[in-house]
Amino acid sequence: MAESDNIVVETAEKIFADLADPQTINNDKKGAWQAPLWQALSEAGLPLSWVPDDLGGSGASLADGFALLNAAGRFAVAVPLAETMLAGWLLAQAKIASPEGEMTVLPASPKDRITLDADGLLSGRTRGVPFAKTAKHFAVLARGKDGVSVALVDAAKARIEAGLNVGYDHSDTVTLDKVQPVALKAAPKGLDQTTMMLMGGVARSLQIAGALESMLDISVRYSNERVAFEKKISKFQAVQHNLARLAGESAAALAAATSAADAIASARAFDDEVYLEAASAKIRCAEAAEKGGAIAHQVHGAIGFTMEHILHRYSLRALAWRDDFGSESHWAVELGKLVANRGADELWPLVASR
Amino acid sequence: MTAALRFDPIRLPEKCEQLRKEVRAFLAEEIAAGTFDPHKPNREDTDAPEFSRRVGAKGWLGMTWPKKYGGPERSFLERYVVTEEMRVANAPTRRFFVADRQSGPVLLKYAPEHIKMEILPRICRGEICFAIGMSEPNSGSDLFAAKTRATKTDGGYLINGTKIWTSSAHIADYMIAIFRTSPPTKENRRHGLTQFLVKMKQPGIKVNPIGQITGQYEFNEVVFTDFFVPDDHVLGEVDGAWKQATSELAYERSGPERFLETYYVLTELVRAVGPNPDTRSAEGIGRLVAQLHTMRRMSVSVAGMLEAGKEPVVEASIVKDIGTVWEQQLPHRVRDLAAFVEETATNRETLERQLDFAIKTAPKLTIQGGTTEVLRGIIARGLGLR
Ligand SMILES: Cc1cc2nc3c(=O)[nH]c(=O)nc-3n(C[C@H](O)[C@H](O)[C@H](O)COP(=O)(O)OP(=O)(O)OC[C@H]3O[C@@H](n4cnc5c(N)ncnc54)[C@H](O)[C@@H]3O)c2cc1C
Repeated sequence: MAESDNIVVETAEKIFADLADPQTINNDKKGAWQAPLWQALSEAGLPLSWVPDDLGGSGASLADGFALLNAAGRFAVAVPLAETMLAGWLLAQAKIASPEGEMTVLPASPKDRITLDADGLLSGRTRGVPFAKTAKHFAVLARGKDGVSVALVDAAKARIEAGLNVGYDHSDTVTLDKVQPVALKAAPKGLDQTTMMLMGGVARSLQIAGALESMLDISVRYSNERVAFEKKISKFQAVQHNLARLAGESAAALAAATSAADAIASARAFDDEVYLEAASAKIRCAEAAEKGGAIAHQVHGAIGFTMEHILHRYSLRALAWRDDFGSESHWAVELGKLVANRGADELWPLVASR
Repeated sequence: MTAALRFDPIRLPEKCEQLRKEVRAFLAEEIAAGTFDPHKPNREDTDAPEFSRRVGAKGWLGMTWPKKYGGPERSFLERYVVTEEMRVANAPTRRFFVADRQSGPVLLKYAPEHIKMEILPRICRGEICFAIGMSEPNSGSDLFAAKTRATKTDGGYLINGTKIWTSSAHIADYMIAIFRTSPPTKENRRHGLTQFLVKMKQPGIKVNPIGQITGQYEFNEVVFTDFFVPDDHVLGEVDGAWKQATSELAYERSGPERFLETYYVLTELVRAVGPNPDTRSAEGIGRLVAQLHTMRRMSVSVAGMLEAGKEPVVEASIVKDIGTVWEQQLPHRVRDLAAFVEETATNRETLERQLDFAIKTAPKLTIQGGTTEVLRGIIARGLGLR
C-alpha cells in the first residue's frame, strides 16, 4: 500500500493491516472482526480525529483526517469510521463535545430535512443514512425558524428502518418524531446543509479513490498471474489498454479527491472555489467508480463476480458511496447552475482560481 | 507497493496569480486592437509574427530558461499560467509555441554552446518559428521505422527522404528532426537515429502543403534532396536519438493545451443557456466542468513535478490520454446540450460556427502528440505489464 509520511495515516494503516485484511473480512460472514477493529481504531483516537482535545477528540488536522479516509478506502473497511469522523466534525463546529462510540450524521441526503421546532424538538425523515443501525448517537443538522442548529441525538430515540446499500453496508432510513436532543447549539455562521453535504461528499470521494487504488493493484496483480492462450493475460494489448484506462480513472479520482480535501483544509470558507472542488470531486469520483469498477471486473473475468473474491468489497462499496451526501447527478445539476449563474465569462476564472 | 499514480494537489503560488492578471490584460488589449477574435478559432493564424514579438517582449517565451540565453528563469508553474491563458483566449500562438514548448528545451540540453547563444535568445524574443520532424509516411507511432537518411559527408551530412504531418513547416525557420544515420541493430531496433537542427528555407528542402478536414493548412510534407546539414547541427548522441525523442515527447504531452483545444464551445454553451438553465443543461454543464477541473488539477500537478526536476512520463501520458479523449468528446456533448438552446440565444450563431469547427477538429486530437493507443502502451509499461 502507499507509504505515507503522516502519523495518523501510519497508525491507521497499521491497524487496518493487522485487523482489516480484506480477504479475512470477506471470508468471515459473522462479522467477528468488527469489534476488535473498532476498538483498536477508537483506542488510537481515530474516529474522533476531527474533534479538538477539549471536546473529547484527538484534534488531528482536517488534512490528516482526509488522508486517513483515503487509507480507509484502500482497505474498503465497513465500519463507521468516516461517519463518526463527520459526526464529530459537525458537533465540534457548534462546540458540542463528542460522546464515545459509533456515530453517524443526519441528514445524509441533500433533499432530506430535519427541522427544529419552537420547543427544541427535532423532526424529520432522512433516507440512506450510513450505519444508522450501528450508531449510538447521531449528529444532526437541523433547520428552525432561527436558522441552522447542530444537535446530538441518542440513536435509541429515533425510529430506524434498516436497509442495505449496493455494497451490503447499512444504509438506513431514520425518522425523528419530536425527539429531545442530548445537546443542541446554534451552528456557526456559514455552516449549512450544503456545507455538510460537500464535506461528506469529499469524505466519500477519498474513500472511492482509495477503493480504486486497490482495484487497480489487485487487477494488475491478477493480470500478471492469470494465463490464457498460453500467455499471461497482462501481455495482451487489449488487457493492457483496459488497465491503462483503469489507472487513469484511479489517478483522476485520487487527484480530484485530494485536491478537494486540500482545498477544504486550507480554505477560510466554503466559497465558490471550494464548492467547485468538492462538487467536482464527488462527480468525477463517482464516474471513476463506474468506469473503473467495470474494467476491474472485466480483467478478473468470472472470478471477480463471486462472493468469495475480494474484488466486490472494493467495487460495490465504491459504487454505493456514489449515493451518499448527494449523487453525482445532484452535484452536476447544482454545479451547472452555479456556473450558469456566474455567467460564461466567469467560468474560466473559476476553474483557474487555484 | 501500489500501482496508483499520485498527483499531488499543487496550488499555484501567489506570483502566478499576479502573472495571470498581466497575461489577461495583455490579451484583452490585443483583442481590442483587433489582433485576433477569441470567438473565432477557425481563422488562419499560422502567421502572426508581430504578436509573437510582443509576447516575447513581455518575457513570456522561454520562461524557464537561463538568463544568459535570454530566458527570465521563471518557474514551470508560471509558464503553465501563460500557456493556459493563451489557449483559453484562442490567441494565435502557433508561430512560437513549438519552439517554446519543446524545441528550445531540446536545444538547451543537446545543442553546442554557440548555437544556443545564437538561437535561444531569438526564440525568447518571439522571432523564430520551429517545426518538429519526426513522422514519415511509414513511420508515425512507430517512430523507429523512420527511413529518411543522413549520410556522412565532408563537414556534415546529406539528407534524403520525406517527413510528413509537419506542423508549421511552411512558416518555420528551423526544424528539429530525426534522421537515420545507421541501420537498426538486431538487439536494438531503436538504434541508428540521430537528431538534427535543420535550417529551413534553403535549397534542397521542398515544403508541400497538406490540407486538413477543418479546411485549414497547418501541416505539410517536407521533402529533402541532398540537403546539407553541418556537423555542429547534430543534437546529442549520434545514433542515440531515441532517448532524446521520447523525453521530448513528455513536454509535448503534459501541458494544458492537451485538453483545452475545443474548450471554447463550453464557454459558448454556458453563454447560450443563460443564467437559469433547465435541469438537463445544468447537469450536462456540471459534469463537463467537473471533468475539466479534475484534468486541470492533474495537469497543474504535472507542471509541479517538472518544476521539481522530475520526469513524469507516465503521469503526462495519463493526462494526455484522459485530456484528449475529453476534448474530443466535448464538442459532441455540447452539441447534444445545445439542441435545446433557445433559438433566440444571442450567441447562437457563434456557438453553431464554433461547433462546426470543433467537430471537424476533434478527430485529430487523440492522434497529435502520440495516439491514444500508444499512450496507453506507455501507461501499461509504467504499471509493469510490459
Ligand atoms: C494535427 C496533427 C499535427 C501533427 N504534427 C506533427 C508534427 O509537427 N511533426 C510530426 O513529426 N508529426 C506530427 N503529427 C503526426 C503524429 O505524431 C502522427 O500522426 C502520430 O504519431 C500517428 O502516426 P500515424 O499517423 O503514422 O498513424 P499510425 O502510426 O499508422 O497509426 C494508425 C493507427 O494504428 C494505431 N497503432 C499504431 N501502432 C500501434 C500499436 N503498437 N499498438 C496499437 N495501436 C497502434 C494507432 O494508435 C492509430 O490508431 C501530427 C499529427 C496531427 C494529427
